[in-house]
Amino acid sequence: MASMAQAIRMALHFAEENMGLKDVFGQDVGAPLGGVFTATQGLKTAWNTPLDERGIISMATGIAMTGERCVAEIQFADYIFNTMDLLKIAGNTNWVSNGNYTLPMVVMTPVGAGIRGSVYHSHSFDAWASRLPGWKVVMPSNAREAYGLLLAAIDDPNPVLFLKPKALMRVRGDELIPGEPADQKELKNRIDAPLGDTRHKWRPQWPALEELKIKIGEARVTREGDQLTVVSYGRHLLMCNKVADDLKADGHSVEIIDLRSIYPYDWQAIKKSVSKTRKVLFVNEDTEVTNFAEHLAYRVTQEMFYQLDAAPRVLAGKNLPGIGLHPNLEENSVPQNHDIENACRELIAEMP
Amino acid sequence: MALQNVPVKSKKSAAKAAKKKTPKALPLPKELLIRMHSLMVKARVLEERLIKIYKNGDAYFWIGSPGEEAFGVPLGLLADKGQGPQHDYLHLHYRGTPTLTAMGMPMIDSIRLIMNKATDTSTGGRNFCNHYCFPQWNVVPVSSPIEVQYGTAMGTAHVQRRTKGSRGISIVTGGDAGTAEGDFASAMIWASRPGRELPMLMTVQNNQWGISTDYKSQHGETNIVDRAKAFHIRTQIVNGNDPIESYLILSQEMEYIRKTRKPVMIEARVSRLYGHSSATGANLIPEEDCLLDFEKLLLKNGVLEEKTAKKVWTDYADEAREAQDQARTEAAPQGDTVWENVYANGENADWRKF
Repeated sequence: MASMAQAIRMALHFAEENMGLKDVFGQDVGAPLGGVFTATQGLKTAWNTPLDERGIISMATGIAMTGERCVAEIQFADYIFNTMDLLKIAGNTNWVSNGNYTLPMVVMTPVGAGIRGSVYHSHSFDAWASRLPGWKVVMPSNAREAYGLLLAAIDDPNPVLFLKPKALMRVRGDELIPGEPADQKELKNRIDAPLGDTRHKWRPQWPALEELKIKIGEARVTREGDQLTVVSYGRHLLMCNKVADDLKADGHSVEIIDLRSIYPYDWQAIKKSVSKTRKVLFVNEDTEVTNFAEHLAYRVTQEMFYQLDAAPRVLAGKNLPGIGLHPNLEENSVPQNHDIENACRELIAEMP
Repeated sequence: MALQNVPVKSKKSAAKAAKKKTPKALPLPKELLIRMHSLMVKARVLEERLIKIYKNGDAYFWIGSPGEEAFGVPLGLLADKGQGPQHDYLHLHYRGTPTLTAMGMPMIDSIRLIMNKATDTSTGGRNFCNHYCFPQWNVVPVSSPIEVQYGTAMGTAHVQRRTKGSRGISIVTGGDAGTAEGDFASAMIWASRPGRELPMLMTVQNNQWGISTDYKSQHGETNIVDRAKAFHIRTQIVNGNDPIESYLILSQEMEYIRKTRKPVMIEARVSRLYGHSSATGANLIPEEDCLLDFEKLLLKNGVLEEKTAKKVWTDYADEAREAQDQARTEAAPQGDTVWENVYANGENADWRKF
C-alpha cells in the first residue's frame, strides 16, 4: 500500500497528465529533493522557488488569475503565517471582484505534531484556516483519502488548502489507490527516487493511475456506533478509530466521523450521527481557544440542544505558544490516545 | 517620430526662427499628442468629479490619481488590451484611473464604483473607489494592501513566459512608500532568476509621499530603481510629469520586455495633486501640474487651439456630470447578496445552509 507521501505524488502526477496541472512549486519541491517528505519526487511540473513564502503564495495567486491550475507548497505550516494577508486576498478575490476572478489554486502544507518537530515544525493550521472565507480546507487521514481529496482540490475552481498531517506522511493505508500496484515493493521501485548520486539520472515509472475524486464537503463514517459521536480529521482520526476499537472490546459503541473537509463541512453527517448518539466529542490538535471545533460544538448546542444527553465537548491542543520538543512536553500539549479514551468514557457515562 | 509644427521657411530663416521663436519640436505625432491631452483631461475631470461625489456625500471614500496622468495615460495607451496570457496583465494600485481611461474605461464605470452601485462591474458595490477590475482587459482586482500586486504579477508573468508566441507582459504599478514592503523585493528576486526571468514591467510612481510621511525621511537609497540594479534588472527614471518623455520611455521599455521576456523597472517622478485620499482632505495642493503644463506646451506649439482645449474640458465635465446623474438613479446592491461569489459557480458558502 502507498504511503501518504506516495499518494500525494501519484495524485500530482495524475493531475499533470490528465488535469492540465502545469505548476507544482515551493521550497525544495523540485529536483533533486522532491519535497522534504518526498511528496513531489519525479514530477515533470515540479520546480524550486526562492525561500520566500509570500512569493510562493503570490505566484500561485497570479497563476490562478490566468485561469491555470497550480499546486504550491509551504514547506511547513509553521512558516505560512507571514502569508496570512495573501491568503485572505486569495480567499476574497472572487467575492470582491463580484465573480470576475476565480482562483483555481491549491496550497498544500504539512501540519500538526507527532514527529518531535519542536516549536516550529509542529503547528496546526486548521483553526486558522477556518477563518479564511473563500477558501476550502481539507485534511486527509490516509493515503487513499489524500489521493482523492487532492484531485478534488485541484479540480475545484476555488482556492483550496490541502493540509497534510505530517505524522501520517510515511504511514501506509489499507486501501489501494485506483491503478496502484498491489505490491508495495514494486511501487517503491517505480516511484521512489534512489538516494545518492544516481538520483539526477532517475526517472519514475508511473503506474497507470485512475481518477478518484472525493467530494469536498462530504464526511465519512469510519466506525459505526450508537453511544457517542466523535468527529475528527487528519492524524487524530486514526487515534479516534483506535480508541473506538479499544472501547468496543469493553462493550462500548462509538461512532467516528472523518470530517475530511473543514470548510465547507458536512453538517448533515454530524447532525445525523448526533441525532442517533445524542452525545458528541470533537477532536483535533490545533489550540483549544477559538478552535474550529468550538464552532461545531456551538452549532450542535444551538440546533440540537433538546436532543442531547451531554454537553458537546471539544478535545484539542492546549492553548500554548508552541509544542515543546521533549516527548513529555509534546504529549501533554496535544491530545493523545488516553486523552481521547478518557473523554469518550466520561461522555458515555454521563447521564442527563 | 515626425516633428510637428515646424514652419516651412528658407533654411537660413528657419534656423534663425528656430533659435529665436520656434518652440522646441515635439517628438510625437500630432494626433497622438492631441489624444493624450484629451485622455489626460478626461482622467483629471473624472477624478475631480469623484472628489465632488465624495464631498457631496454620494460616496464614503475617495482615493485616486490626479497628478499621475502624464505617466498613467501613456501606460494605458501602450498596454496590449485583451484577455488571456497573449495580452498584457495589469496589476494596478489605487491610482489607475488615467491608465484605464486610456484603455477605454467609460467614466460611468468609475462613478458606479465610487457610488457602490449594484451596476459597478468591478466589485458590485463591494470595494473602494479606484479598486478597478476588468477581466476582459486582464486588469486584475486592485487590492488595498500595499504592494501585494507585485507578487501576483509574478504569477501572470510566469504564465506569459511559458505561453508560446506570447508577447504579453505583466505590468505592475505602485507608489514609492510601498517599496518598503517585502513583496517589492520578492518581485525583483523572482523576476530576475537566471534562466527564468519574467516579462514584467515594474513601475514605481514616486510622488515623494507615503500618506503623510515624506520620502526623504524613509529612503536611504538615492533612487528606488537603484535596488533593481543589484538584480541586473534594466531600469529607467522618467519625469512622470512629462507625458512625451513617459510615452517614449515606456514605449521603448515595453518593447524591450516583449522581445527579450526580461523585466524592467521604471521609476516615474510624479505629483500628488489632491493628497493621499479623502482621509487627508482631498484638496488641491500646489505641486507641478503635468496636465496644465502639457496643455500649455501644446497651445504654444500650435498643436492645440485654446478654444478646442476648452471644449475638451467642458465636454468631459458634462459627461462626468451626466454619468453621476445616471448612477444616482441606479440601484444599490441588496444586502442579501453578500453570500454571492464567496465560492465560484454559485456554490453555497453559508454554513447555515450546509
